[in-house]
Amino acid sequence: MTTEPALTNERHAQKSAAPLRGVIADWSSDQRSFKSASWGKTMMWIFLVSDTFIFSCFLISYMTARMSTTVPWPHPSEVFALTINGKEIPLILIAIMTFILITSSGTMAMAVNFGYARDRVKAAVLMLVTAAFGASFVGMQAFEWTKLIREGVRPWANPFGAEQFGSCFFMITGFHGFHVSVGVIFLIGIAINVWRGDYDTGRIGFNGRRGRYEIIEITGLYWHFVDLVWVFIFAFFYLW
Amino acid sequence: MDMEMELAGDTTAPAVEHAAPAKSAAPAAHGQQHPIKLYLVVWTALFVLSACSYLVDYFNFQGYLRWFLIVLFMMMKAGLIVAIFMHMAWERLALVCAILLPPLAVLVFMAMMAVEANYTNLTRLIFFGAGQ
Repeated sequence: MTTEPALTNERHAQKSAAPLRGVIADWSSDQRSFKSASWGKTMMWIFLVSDTFIFSCFLISYMTARMSTTVPWPHPSEVFALTINGKEIPLILIAIMTFILITSSGTMAMAVNFGYARDRVKAAVLMLVTAAFGASFVGMQAFEWTKLIREGVRPWANPFGAEQFGSCFFMITGFHGFHVSVGVIFLIGIAINVWRGDYDTGRIGFNGRRGRYEIIEITGLYWHFVDLVWVFIFAFFYLW
Repeated sequence: MDMEMELAGDTTAPAVEHAAPAKSAAPAAHGQQHPIKLYLVVWTALFVLSACSYLVDYFNFQGYLRWFLIVLFMMMKAGLIVAIFMHMAWERLALVCAILLPPLAVLVFMAMMAVEANYTNLTRLIFFGAGQ
């Protein structure tokens, strides 16, 4: 475990034997509670927890709207079906979007790996591939929105059933799509820095601090979170 | 202080211990670096799980079976992403608890809103009639 900080006394050695003791020791120690995570990583995690609550509130309000309405809810399987070669396939676009986002998570994970291995060309290329997958995801979402809007879905009404369907759909997928878009911009920015070798020369970045390759892992945390949120949206919005 | 000593288990250890500066990308010790193969395995697993959850809809399972399968595949995917891709499996338990425990409050909120939604639905049925 190479990320372990240099704590070599006995307390540390007990960690594996009694994990809870490790937690108590970490929280009660001086200066820092999160020994293996830098401030940057810790703050990204804390941001992601707050974002978890935002998305949870969206999904819970969607659940409340859907459970309390007496009008039948539109059937997502039919609303999001696409006709390909004269055959209607349920949810196919959403399935493709899911696979694309998962693939982008895979390339992101590998970019983190190559970043720590100091292979900056591979890391930058993989980050750009991740960004391209993300951009195509947003493109498909735009296509899906266009299709639904043409069919008459509005935040206040739709031809398929309960009126709340439109507002829930646009709010939840729109907020997620916004996160993906921000992630794409974030990825491209960091990929350019990696490509130029800013993190080798210790050049001062846009945030006024010298960069390290850990920034790729931090970017990756955000990106995987976007994928994670989609897992829940896919399950609760599209499969319910 | 007593606990401090007890935890240290060694009276010669300093009572207060300072954390080493976080050096996640020191040249010698790379941070979260794991075999590429692990990521490929997880990636494949996520693909299979996504395909499974899509098939739940494709074969049109209904009722509790549908809910069970949806939530099962969802939790497995979420677990893989958080544990492997986000490296939670290699973080110290103090961080894992700080990040993963607070969202459990969401479950309480969800339960409260489910009760509320059922009540609203009931009053709507009573006062407005079903599906007007």
